[in-house]
Formats: sequence, structure tokens, C-alpha cells
Amino acid sequence: MARIGVFICHCGENISATVDVEKVARLAGKLSGVAYSVDYKYMCSDPGQTLIVDAIKEHKLTGIVVGACSPRMHEGTFRKAAEKAGINPYFCEMANIREHCSWVHPKSDETTRKALDIVRTMVEKVKNDTALFPIKVPVTKTALVIGGGIAGIQAALDIANAGHQVIMVEKTPSIGGHMSQLSETFPTLDCSQCILTPRMVEVAQHPNITLHTFAEVENVSGFIGNFDVNIRLKAKSVDFSKCTGCGSCWQKCPAKKIPDEFNAGMSFRTAIYTPFPQAVPNKPVIDRANCTWFTKGGKCGICAKICPTGAIDYTVQDEIINVKVGAIVTATGFDIKHSDFFPEYGYGKHPDIIDGLQFERLASASGPTGGEIRRPSDGKVPETVVFLACAGSRDKAKGIEYCSKICCMYTAKHAMLYKHKNHHGKAHVFYMDIRSAGKSYDEFVRRAIEEDDVNYIRGRVSRIYEKNGKLMVVGVDTLLNAKPVTIEADMVVLATAVIANEDAESVAQKLHISYDKHKFFAEAHPKLKPVETNTAGITLAGACQSAKDIPETVAQASAAAAKTIILFSGSEMTREPVVATVNRSAAPVFTTCTGCFLCQEVCPYQAIEREEIRDRAGNLLMNAAKVNAGLCQGCGTCVAMCRNKSIDLQGFSNQQMLSEVMGLLNAPFE
Amino acid sequence: MKNKHTWTQELSLKQQVEQAVGIEVQTCYQCGKCTAGCPLNEEMDLMPNQILRMLQAEYPGYENEILSSTSIWLCLACDTCYSRCPQEVKLPQVMDFLRQESIRRNLVNPKAQHILKFHKAFLAEVERNGKLNELGLTIDYKLRSFNIFQDLQNAPSMLFKGKLGLIPHKVQNPSEIKKLFKKITF
Amino acid sequence: MRVGYYPGCSLQGSGREYSESLLAVAEKCGIVLEEINDWNCCGASAAHSLNHDLSVALPARTLALAEKQGLEQILVPCAACFSRLATAQQELVSSEPMRSKISDYLEMPVKGSARILTVFEFLQEHIFPVADQYIVNKLNHKTACYYGCLLSRPKDLTRLEYPEDPMEMEAVMEKAGATPIDWAFKTECCGAGLSVSRTDIVAKLSAKIVEDAVSRGAESIVVACPMCQMNLDLRRKEINKQMDQGSDIPVMFVTQALGLSMGLSADKLGLNRHFVSTGKVVSCVGRKEV
Repeated sequence: MARIGVFICHCGENISATVDVEKVARLAGKLSGVAYSVDYKYMCSDPGQTLIVDAIKEHKLTGIVVGACSPRMHEGTFRKAAEKAGINPYFCEMANIREHCSWVHPKSDETTRKALDIVRTMVEKVKNDTALFPIKVPVTKTALVIGGGIAGIQAALDIANAGHQVIMVEKTPSIGGHMSQLSETFPTLDCSQCILTPRMVEVAQHPNITLHTFAEVENVSGFIGNFDVNIRLKAKSVDFSKCTGCGSCWQKCPAKKIPDEFNAGMSFRTAIYTPFPQAVPNKPVIDRANCTWFTKGGKCGICAKICPTGAIDYTVQDEIINVKVGAIVTATGFDIKHSDFFPEYGYGKHPDIIDGLQFERLASASGPTGGEIRRPSDGKVPETVVFLACAGSRDKAKGIEYCSKICCMYTAKHAMLYKHKNHHGKAHVFYMDIRSAGKSYDEFVRRAIEEDDVNYIRGRVSRIYEKNGKLMVVGVDTLLNAKPVTIEADMVVLATAVIANEDAESVAQKLHISYDKHKFFAEAHPKLKPVETNTAGITLAGACQSAKDIPETVAQASAAAAKTIILFSGSEMTREPVVATVNRSAAPVFTTCTGCFLCQEVCPYQAIEREEIRDRAGNLLMNAAKVNAGLCQGCGTCVAMCRNKSIDLQGFSNQQMLSEVMGLLNAPFE
Repeated sequence: MKNKHTWTQELSLKQQVEQAVGIEVQTCYQCGKCTAGCPLNEEMDLMPNQILRMLQAEYPGYENEILSSTSIWLCLACDTCYSRCPQEVKLPQVMDFLRQESIRRNLVNPKAQHILKFHKAFLAEVERNGKLNELGLTIDYKLRSFNIFQDLQNAPSMLFKGKLGLIPHKVQNPSEIKKLFKKITF
Repeated sequence: MRVGYYPGCSLQGSGREYSESLLAVAEKCGIVLEEINDWNCCGASAAHSLNHDLSVALPARTLALAEKQGLEQILVPCAACFSRLATAQQELVSSEPMRSKISDYLEMPVKGSARILTVFEFLQEHIFPVADQYIVNKLNHKTACYYGCLLSRPKDLTRLEYPEDPMEMEAVMEKAGATPIDWAFKTECCGAGLSVSRTDIVAKLSAKIVEDAVSRGAESIVVACPMCQMNLDLRRKEINKQMDQGSDIPVMFVTQALGLSMGLSADKLGLNRHFVSTGKVVSCVGRKEV
């Protein structure tokens, strides 16, 4: 005979303000099967949980219903309490009388009656609960890190240093990401490459890290602890085991006019190339789309002739490798809008209107101008440079209503770098607000204004056009009574919006993770779960989740690594037993499953397998469906499809669902 | 609408604008791009972004200042502001409304009177004939504005070049247009 | 396909060269333009400044008449009229209460269903397919294509491919054998309807336009709006006072330019009605090599 305890929570005033909780507790006590019923101000608190544990022991309760918030909040809390009191935790159910009742209705008798209905429904469910036990699943203690920028590098190093294997996949020929393109970083003006390259080398040399560059994830299947990943190793055309990185090939390559991605299109590279001198690995690959040998049917071939070790191989094809990993860290980074996005700033026509990354390359010692700020059009040093903040961001009309976070800081940095290199030059910044909220950040911006004499003008620029060799920047100073201001500039730097990579959507779909309308990957909870996704086992690090600067990226990468290390800390992983099962019984029935496998067709997680049922002689009797408890997510689609109800969901069985409905309909207190 | 008054006082100018034009005055975040690109920004007394801020701020006396500005009459409805505004604020339509409200409250700036007179002369001509005749308009406007001598030297050339029609064009039934005007305007 | 035609008041008065040249070009190419019966004034700036409902009703009457005449497409060459008709149409189509109110005012049903063509769309879709056989001359000079405000904005009505740097008029001028230049004031306002009440403002704004075009080597300015043409042409004296060095650069309608390339006479195209002489440009016209 069931002896169920009902515990109604006030939740402070969240529930008690609209629901008469004492009445619900009192009436619930009269339901058949309920042996004890009480209300309390904060059930989830320590004294509240003690109340439950004591009640279970004292009144010998066989199951409990906690009428409170959503199970997504505290189901775990109360199940632990039940376990502590000595009953199977799956005999504890929550009746959601907050999100489903008190929070959505005004105070009234009807609201109280609805709360009681919900409680009664769950009491009926508990009567049909069975004891369930967590499922143990083995964990592959290897992590996959997708993306070789600073986020991926940090995460990989942390996981590898904790003693686990890491596979890093980077789609460009070298790791380093956008940070390797920067000249100096705020707020310290550290040389970016100087602080980054030691870590890049550490990754390459780490015994626990396997680095695949010029590679992409092809597809992902499986589940947390047990992912199955295919990686496409794109054909490099260079055998890295033979190549010494001497550079003879790219020095002689005749295809010299390919826009250099690393220099943001401001210089050219060859078809066989390393992206930058400190590349890791420092060995070239061939860009087949622009290589004469590949585009003109075998003409050229100079690199193969020149190579002293015979490392060039034009015949090699892409290779797909398969790896098994337990966790995936997504660190795929970001992109920025380019100047051709802005119609009022010239549609990208003027070479001297550049974006932030292009300015970084100009300022960088390894860039196309050796670190001198020069105009792309004629190579002259600009005397007047205008920087536009908020170019594209905070702009509903352009479809980018968010703030890109890093631009206020890097604009101040750019203005300072320009002034440091050109003491007599004039720098102006058109801004809307200054967002410099990090540690030492505001002091950094003030330094630009107070020490480096950068002129900050509050107002946006309406348009830029070219006249007599100057760029006419037509703006306004809203702090001076909306005074129209036109500056004749030699160069304009647009702090353009941070956006998701072009292939972000396809990456998200391969990983089965959520993303928002701007294609930034979705964290599981904006406040409390900033690195996890809704897909168990996959974490996020860096700007692929949202625009952020380097300190935050590194912190987030370490957090993602920590989550991964937690996952790898036990020998097995425990999973919730809310999974489907196909019934099995003794011979000659074996199972009521007819082997139609409709369930397998509709399962979104590929969790249904075929089991061969054989007699003792080994003859095949039938094929029946079997659920892989490790993959099943308990969605119940198979249960809905099964024509003869041979498959059922533990914790949400057909019988339980029916009893809940009947409990709802048979209201005893009319 | 969240700003709806529940008591029987009149709506503020901000609320009137929001009701008539359908924009949230609050969406303007004062970036100033409208003023920067406005062809009249050197002539106006109140800049476009200032007018929006004054509507937002609702300080005493601001309503009258806006409605008695010359800015609202100088606005050419060129749409440069709207086409570049990051928040898609329908500034040209706000200006239209402010013009009409300034007439209703009898606050038209004396320096802008002749612009208003031109518009009135224009519409009077259309009401009369259904089509605009430049000669009729010019005479009407000059009579209203007492600005007899301007353009006088152009008139003979215009006539000679056949650009100033002496006989007015009309719709078939001008009374149809008069009726339309009567129904709509008051 | 029948093409309706709404000249508007300007094209019958101070802008008549636009209409003359447009009709001449259409006739040469065998395209018939059917004037909308009994059309009325669109209300221009005056209506929308003083009364919103009137600013919709006046163009709506013309739209209703076009529908009655069975016209599915109407060409509106005047930029201001185009803007008023297209705006009114947008309001009629997007708000049933507004459409019904206006129909009541007009005592005529109006749907706002006709497709309203800009002059560029008309030239692109109707003239371009047949133009090559009629073009016998090249204009042989550098020209600045000036669009003004209402042919470029708002962008969802005007449908230009690059609203801040349009090329539709340039395409016409290239067909006519002229060399369009790249310049920075293609879509800047000329001063519009303040031509009479604040001629000083028109002079300042139009001067900037003329100065930019001339400084970049333009020998003519080509327009598609009668208001712009008037401001840049009729007001040249006042403009010249605002410039360091005055200019005698002629201002032509795009249809006049096209007409010249088709061998039509300057007279027929109304090129003798301008205040700034178009003689220089007409004399550049030479035979096209076949």
C-alpha cells in the first residue's frame, strides 16, 4: 500500500502569494495513498530538506511529491534527499506549482484548485513509480578541440596537462587564429605573437596533444563520453615527414598574386605557402584552388623540382580518419565584417578605408609594411587618421543590433599605436559610448586621450567620400550642440562588427549544438552555464559563443577544459536511467516486439539497435528492437510509434502517464 | 501601448508623435548620424537628433521650442536621415507630424512663414484645378508672401521657353477635387 | 504590355523637356505610353507636410483611375511624383483600414495594385531590349549622373541595386556613348522644393553638386528629376555666386541624352529650353562607328 508524502513549498512568496499553500497541503493530505502532507516556506533549503528526510523516516513513506518549482531546478536536490532517507530517488516526483501555476495566474480560488490538481496528478504518478538505478557508461578519456586559436590552445593545454589525450583540429594551415594577426594587445600593449607563439609551440610539442592542421571535422555521432568523429585531413600536397621547412618552394613559386588571408588581403602570397613566419607547424601546404599545377592541368611543378627532400606530392588525396573522443571543446572563433559591407562608407571601393584586422596587419612588424602605418593606395604615411567605432554594431538597420564588445578597446589601441609611430599625425575617433569595463581598461582609454592626444568626438559618421585625394568623413559632435564636423582624412579605420564565421552554422549542425540568429553558438544558461551547451559533452570556448577579448577567452577556455576534466575524472560516467526499454521475457515469447523497427526509424539519437534472438542451437528466431541505454535520451518518440506498446519509457511509463491523466480528471473535491 | 495615459489629460507631444507615426521615440540612442548627413544641418536652429532628444526628455518648454523651430520647416524630406539611421527611426514622418502640430498650436516660426505660405499656395492651386499650374502658384505665393520681385527676371525667359503655361491645366471635373479637399482637410 | 504614363504637373510646365524627350524616345522605339485619364496632382511636398490623409488621397486618386483604365504598369518619370505615388501605394497595400478610408474619400475603389515604374526600370525593361538598333550616335563626352534624393531613397521603394552609389543611370549613358564619371554627390540633395521659398539654400546645396561634378572633369550633368534639373539649371546664376569659379556645365535629362544618341534633333528633345546652354554637349555628338 502506498504511503506517499506531500510537501508543498511556499517558495518565499513566489508560490504563496497566489496559491493558498496551506489549503493545498491540507486537502492533499486527504488524497488516497497520501500518508503525510505538510507545507513549508523554503523546501530546497537545508531545514526544508531535513524536514523531508525526517518525515520519510518517521512516517515510513514509500514515495514523495514535492509541490514547488520546476523539476529542472530542484528535482536533483529532492531526489538526493530521498536517497539520503533511504528510499530509491526515483520515487520522488516534483509537482510544478510555480512555473506552471503560481507564476502564470493571479491569486484566486481557481489558482489554488489548479495547484491541487497538479499535486494530485503527481501523487498518482508516484503510485506507479518503479525503482530505477543509474546507468554506468564508459568514458573515452580523449578530448577533441575544434579550432586552434588562443581559445583552443588554452583548452588543449589545460586538458593535456591534466594527463588526458587531446586531438586538436584546425582548418587553416597553422594554429594561432586571429590573435596571431594582432600587433599588440590591450591593455598592456604586449606584442601579441610574443605571448602567443610559446603556447603554440607548447601545443605542437606536447606529448598528449595530437595536432591536425589543414583539417576539418567531417561529422560527429555518439554521445557524451562516447563520441565518434570523422576528421577530414585535407590534402596538403606536402609530406610533412620529409619537409624540413626550408622555404625553397614558396620562394620560387610563380603563382604570386593570391590575396594573403593572414595579411587581411593587403598583400599577396604564393600558392605553396606557410601563412606566417612563426606558423606551427612551420611547413607549407599547397592551395590547390590557386596552384597552376592543379588549375592548368599539370603545368609548372617547380616546387617539386626545387624541393631538396622530394616532399611535394601532387597526387595525395584528402584522408578521412576516425577518432573516438569523450568530450568536444568548440573553439572555432569569429570573423569581422569588411569594409564592402558599408554602402555609406563606399562599398569597399576605397583602399584607404580599412577594417580593424587590416590595421593590425599594418601596425604589425611582420605585416605588409613592416610595422609602418602606410596607406594601402599609395604607400604614403597618413597625416590624419580617423577611426570609426560602432561600424555596423548596435545597428538594427544593418541587422547587427548587438555590441561587439572589443572595438572600443582596440580602437583606442589603434589610435595609440598610430600616434606612437607618428608623433605629428592627428588621430580622431568618432564614438557613441566607450565600453572599457575590464581591469585597467578605462585607464587605457584615458591614456589614449590624455597622453597620446587622440581626439575623441562623440557622434556617428553619416558618410565618407573621396575628394582631391582626401577621404571626407562627414560626422557630427553631439556634445557640442550637434555641430556638424567634416574631417579630411588620409586613412579611415572602421571598427567593424564581430560576426560568426561563415561556416558556423554548418559546424553547429555537425555537432548538433544550438545557435542563435546571428549564428553564435548557444550556451546552456546565459548566467550559470556559460561554457556548456545543451548537448551534453560539448563545451564552448571563445568568440564562437559571443564577441569577447583575450582575457575572457582564455578564462572561458580553461573553464571548458575544467568541465572536460571533470567528465574524465571518474572511470565511468553515470547517466540518468530515464531511458526506453523493449520488453523481454522468457522463451517461447522472448518479447512482444514484432521487429518492425519503426522505433529505429524515428529515433533522433540512433539509439535503437537490432538484436538477434536465437535459440539454444544458435538458430535465428527473430530480430527484435533493443535500446542502447548509453545513447537514449528518453524523448519517448519510439514509445509513441510502437504499435503494440512493446517499448516503454522508464520513469515516464505508459501506465504512469495514464494514471496522471486519470488523476487529473477524477477530481475528488468538487 | 505602454505609455498610454489612464487619466483624461492630453497626450504629451512625444506620445502624440508615437501615436501618429508609430515609432518609439525611445529607440533613438542619439548617435547623431542623422544630423551628420542632413543637407540642412548648417541652416537649422535645432538639429534633427536634438529634436528627438527633446521629445524624449520632455523638459518644460521643450514642446513649444520644437514646434516653433525653423528646422521642421526647412526639412526637405530627402530621407538621408532615415536611410542611414541604425535604429530605423522614421524621422521624415516625425517632421511631417511636427509641422502639422505646429500649425494646430499656432506656433509656426515667423522665419518659416513663407515656406508655409508656399505650401498653402501650392495646395490652393491644386484644390482649384486638380493640377498645379506654375504661373498660378507663383502669383498666389507672391500675393501671400509679398515677395513680388524675386524671380521676376526669370519670368520672361520662362514664358519664352514655353515653360510657363498661361492657360492652366485642369482635371475634367475640378469640383471633384474641391470635394475631396473639403472632406479631408476639415 | 500596356504601359501607363503619369507625367505629373512639372512635366507639363517647367519640366516639359523631360516629357518631350521621353515621348520622343518611346515613339522612336515603338513603345506606346498611355497617359492616365484625368490624372491629378500628386500633392508633392505640400500635401505630406500639411495633411497626411491628403498626401495619400491625391496620389490614390490617380492610382484608382489607372486601375479603372486597366493599366497594370505605370511609368512615373518625375522623382517626386514617383515617391508620392509609391509611398501612397505602400500605405494602401499595408493597411486595409487606410485603404478603405481613402476609397471612401475618393468615392472610388482603389487597390494600389498597379506596378509603378521608375524611369530607370522603364528604360531597362522596355527601351534597352530594342534600343541598340536605334542608337546611331555616340555622345562622346564625360558626364556626371545625378540621381538626387527621391530616386535613391527610401531604398525599398526605389529598388536601386546600390542605393549609395547607383549605376542605373550610368548604364543608360554608356549605351548612349557617353563616359560616366565616378563622383561623390550622386545622391546628395539639391534643395528640392525650397527652390522658391529659400533659393539661397538651393544655391548652396546645388553649388556643392555642380562643383564636385566639374572638379572631376564632367562636361554635363544628367538628371532624371524635373526639380533637380530646375535647381541646377534655372538657378545657375545663384549657384555661380556660391562657387569660387562659376560654371556653364549643362544639365540634361537622361531621356534627352538617350534621344540625342538616337539621332533625334535637339529641338525635338527640348534642348533649347534650358537656361544653361546645352550647345557644347550637342556639338560633341558624333556618328557611332558600326
